[in-house]
Amino acid sequence: MKVQLRDPNTIMKLSRLGSFHQSKLSFLRSFLNEFKDWEYKRDLFNLDRFGYGHAVYSFKKDKRTYSLICFANKIKDDERSDRVIATKWDAAFTLHDGVPTQKDIDRLKNEVPRQEVGRLSFKELTLSRANKSVRVFNHVVERLSEGKQPDLELLSNVGYLYRTTAVYGSGKFGLADRFRIKNREEINGPFRLEMMLVYLVRQFTFDQVNHVAHHKNPSKSVVLDRKICKNLGIGNSTGLGMAPFIVNHPTLLNNWVMSREIALKKIREIKIVKKKDSVLFIDCLKKSLTNITSWNTDSEYQQIKIKNLLKDIKKFMHFIDNNFDFEDEYPFNQIYLWLEDKACEECIEYVVSIMMEPYNEITNPLVSQMSSEEDKYFTIPTNRTTKDLINIIEKKYSNILKINFEKKQNTQNFWFISKNKEEPRLADRFKEGGSKLEQPLAIARDVKKLHKKLLDTKKNSTVAEFLSKNSELRHIVRRVFIVEKFPYSEIQDNTIGKNLMPIDMLRLKLSFFGALKFDPRSDKWLRICMFQGAPLPDELQNYDEQWVYRSSN
Amino acid sequence: MKSLSEIETTAKRASKAAGFSWGEAEEIGKCIRQLEMFNLPGIKHLNSYFIDKKKNTYENLSSINQSNSSSSNPYCPIILGISFLDQLKILENYEKIYISNIAYPIIFLSFLSRSSEIIGKKIKVKFEEKEILLNLNVNIYSNFLNIEFPNYSKNLEINFIENKDNFNEDEWNSLYKLSENTFVEETDSLKKGAAGAGLTDND
Repeated sequence: MKVQLRDPNTIMKLSRLGSFHQSKLSFLRSFLNEFKDWEYKRDLFNLDRFGYGHAVYSFKKDKRTYSLICFANKIKDDERSDRVIATKWDAAFTLHDGVPTQKDIDRLKNEVPRQEVGRLSFKELTLSRANKSVRVFNHVVERLSEGKQPDLELLSNVGYLYRTTAVYGSGKFGLADRFRIKNREEINGPFRLEMMLVYLVRQFTFDQVNHVAHHKNPSKSVVLDRKICKNLGIGNSTGLGMAPFIVNHPTLLNNWVMSREIALKKIREIKIVKKKDSVLFIDCLKKSLTNITSWNTDSEYQQIKIKNLLKDIKKFMHFIDNNFDFEDEYPFNQIYLWLEDKACEECIEYVVSIMMEPYNEITNPLVSQMSSEEDKYFTIPTNRTTKDLINIIEKKYSNILKINFEKKQNTQNFWFISKNKEEPRLADRFKEGGSKLEQPLAIARDVKKLHKKLLDTKKNSTVAEFLSKNSELRHIVRRVFIVEKFPYSEIQDNTIGKNLMPIDMLRLKLSFFGALKFDPRSDKWLRICMFQGAPLPDELQNYDEQWVYRSSN
Repeated sequence: MKSLSEIETTAKRASKAAGFSWGEAEEIGKCIRQLEMFNLPGIKHLNSYFIDKKKNTYENLSSINQSNSSSSNPYCPIILGISFLDQLKILENYEKIYISNIAYPIIFLSFLSRSSEIIGKKIKVKFEEKEILLNLNVNIYSNFLNIEFPNYSKNLEINFIENKDNFNEDEWNSLYKLSENTFVEETDSLKKGAAGAGLTDND
């Protein structure tokens, strides 16, 4: 039986993309898989009794070493902010290519804590900073110093000791350009070194809290229990900076979603499912309930989604337990069809992710296809005709063409780059100034504009001729030819409408990162947790691959 | 040191601010990145051009012929470059293309370098006794390294170089003969067991 890939007109809608969940394809999980046999080491730990100073952690294999350099600094409470406009953080980090010399550390000590206003070199690969969850950190220090373990309920509610507020890579602030490292065997998936940074930062937070507690009361203190450590991750506050990324990297977006879709298609095409695979699927499904019930958020929007997810998952489990036989042919296809018919989008995508768990042989080869050589698709095929363009638009953007951009509500917002922090922002076109400097992220509106212009032009000409008279549409012509080859490269929705929920765009990207427990703090930013439940670095050589579903938080 | 990613992004945004469309700005960002990667002064010339553009007028040539001459103002190297890329399939049929009166030719060169990669042919450019070989966007070779690039070219000649060997047959044969010394003569019994042996190819 051949199953068709899912229709981009359904999958690439923002509400669906905003319902995606982590899976085996997620970057933090593929990072752990790739680096599991690398040698982990804490090379330097030079903190004072209050936990300030620097430390170095590394992963090493053969002649390659990646070193995380951490700088922990004292800041005042009123200087601590998760917003991108902050200028000081509790700790700042960079991932260095190789073993840093003392000279490197001295140089980086002056640059890394300054983040966006510092300058890095081609020897640094990623850059980040993080703030303590002061409430949790101080509580853990207090309890450990008294010889006790911390209150698990408090830890469970928060889920981390530190949260990062940005992770930069790919040439930002002088960091190494991606082309310098992209051919390395271990960098065969997107954001791999960003994931390494976050993972090692997590270990630093445990070491720091133990260190401070010990110095507070050397005779009585204990270390944080390993099981508790494992159930802590790294928090992250993410704002609009992430949203334009998925519009600006269409072939990359396609390769992420396409990998997910191919995995689903192949799983639905399995005629007979082995007992061990169905057992693993059901086990993950049942154990994953903890991830839903411990998913805390004040966001009403997300609370409704979680409530519906929990309700539908329970309904689905009832169906599996009472009305379903895994010995039937094509059982995962039956499951998928049931979900499409009976479950909400959040639940469909949740179960789709879990379906991948038993199938390394399907997911592993896809991981290496999730990067993109974007430059290969940059050149516009200008010898093609305007008729070709019309045909592609009508075929690939059929839903977009139905949007009426004459209506004010459909062009309510515009995207711009903030002068203060050079970060993307969203504003009301009719209330705020600056829409003349709008970023080219209103793809739906511009596609419709291009379509109208092409129809008005009537004469079939080459794209070169068309562009010589319509250069303002050049960026969108490029995209149309990209979507012709890459069906999942475009968000099939309006990114400037009044009803836009930007967090759907963030959620899509974060789900591919492998984030859990999306906690929207408004429609424009959210908090998440990464690596919660993940093995500790010294456990990587032999770890439970399904750790995501077996976390006790 | 600025990364190439920073160079591309800043060149793109500056080009938009200088009055080009977003699509054109994307092309400029890519080209300036490429020039800087080849250690050529892309940022320097783009910056100078945008400053000059506020004071001077430049001609936009959007339809390129074999021979192109701007009677009054110099050609804008960006519009010229984008037009060249767009019309490449037609232009490659000409053996040579002549352009007179062009501002900031190095910016135009970056578009020609990309053109070389797209059509899979080397492109030779001559202007004011200077010769430049654009090699499939892999490198740019010139006979005037370390000499300041001019801000203006009166006459520029573009020559598409057909793909052909860079050596003569004697040189090839001599080297091939030497390479044969790594081969081993096969015995008759080994020949009988080789792929296809024993079958007629007409069955």
